[in-house]
Amino acid sequence: MSSLIGSARVQGRVIHALLMREVLTRYGRHNIGFLWLFVEPMIFTLGVAALWSAFHAVHGSSLPIVAFAVTGYSSILLWRNMGFRTIGAIEPNLSLLYHRNIKPIDIYLSRLLLEVIGATASFVVVSFIFGMMSDDITWPENLAEVIAGWTLLAWFGVGLAILAGAVSEEHEFVEKLWHPAQYLLVPLSGAAFQVDALPTALQKLALYLPMVNGVEIVREGFFGSKFHAHYDVGYLVTVNTVLTVLGLAQLRKIAREITPE
Amino acid sequence: MTPGPITLENITKIYRTRAGPHRVLDDVSLTIRPGDKIGVLGPNGAGKSTLVRIVSGAEEPTRGKVTRGMSISWPMGFVGGFQSSLTGYDNFKFICRVYGQDPKALYGFVQDFSELGHFLREPVRTYSSGMRARLAFAISMAIDFDCLIIDEVIAVGDKHFQEKSRTELLDKRRHKTMVIITHEMHFIRENCNLVYVVRGGELHRFEDIEEGIHFHESWFG
Repeated sequence: MSSLIGSARVQGRVIHALLMREVLTRYGRHNIGFLWLFVEPMIFTLGVAALWSAFHAVHGSSLPIVAFAVTGYSSILLWRNMGFRTIGAIEPNLSLLYHRNIKPIDIYLSRLLLEVIGATASFVVVSFIFGMMSDDITWPENLAEVIAGWTLLAWFGVGLAILAGAVSEEHEFVEKLWHPAQYLLVPLSGAAFQVDALPTALQKLALYLPMVNGVEIVREGFFGSKFHAHYDVGYLVTVNTVLTVLGLAQLRKIAREITPE
Repeated sequence: MTPGPITLENITKIYRTRAGPHRVLDDVSLTIRPGDKIGVLGPNGAGKSTLVRIVSGAEEPTRGKVTRGMSISWPMGFVGGFQSSLTGYDNFKFICRVYGQDPKALYGFVQDFSELGHFLREPVRTYSSGMRARLAFAISMAIDFDCLIIDEVIAVGDKHFQEKSRTELLDKRRHKTMVIITHEMHFIRENCNLVYVVRGGELHRFEDIEEGIHFHESWFG
């Protein structure tokens, strides 16, 4: 038991070290430094919200468009970028494996943790900014539900990214396919539509996409009574579990074969 | 905690190559007792580095069991782990975090030993290869390990730095366990109490250093 706690402490230490290294490498010591962590996604969300408002995009509801954009686009940012952070992530960091306590999983987890922190911070900050600027966003009706949906989405992103990353170490085509896959999945992800507005036949199909379920939960928490949500928590949890287990198994497999330079 | 032995039991390592599986180590075993100075010899590509990486845990064996009773360094003076857009200091701090050490307590030594002065606050990409090597060596010396991995000894920096490094490593750390890969036989003669020769997937153990060196050199005819 004490050795289990001991190794958990070592892993915590290693992930913290990698996280700080990543922050410094990506955002530097200068200017506003790590603020970029959420300024970057914030700019994206602001831009999308502005575009949607300007074109009065059809999102099939009477919900305030800015709030709709913030919940939708933040949710995309949460899971979408994670794959980019894990695919091909081991090779440039091979020499780190000479430090015995650094394992491939730590490289992944530190990067994914940074993504979750960045996307979450941006979601919160952007919500507050819009909340102060307009009456469009009000305090979520059910904060706990927003957090639950957000957590499930984050878990989905982490599971998918670990699997995609670990498979990419063995098969390069994953890296090539990830880009087009992203572009195809983003419009389908539920960020720009609500399931309730779809024809009944399409609703069923849409809910096969795990992230649609996640976004619906987040929005139900946010808009509550004004929103008729469709989702299946059991399905989302099952998909997340399967992705995570397959991802960890594949990572375990490639870890045995990785040779530091 | 007093250091205990490192043991490798029935280790097999197979690499996948285009020509099919390549068996680098075939069911080999070894024990490293605290205080041992082990010289690892063998022809190029025979698997010396593979063996040492399995000892240190940088790589996993295909089959077999490794137990480690002491802390093991990364290869002394290894420059590969630096993030070149970060400063020498930030890279040093990263290593300290990984090993749970207080950078404040060790910074004086690193500053002193690396002789890098204000360059420690500059990005590593601006360093010459000699400067990188000095930084790497200083950092690996700053952290206290039970067992030191030395792969191709101290050809870093200029003559002055090489001598300083050898003194620091071989005199001041005489009591440490060491695993040494080198092609310099005099280095093995002067420092090792045990020689392992890696050849043809097998591991040959020699308590008599001269015998081990002779066995190693006989292969070259």
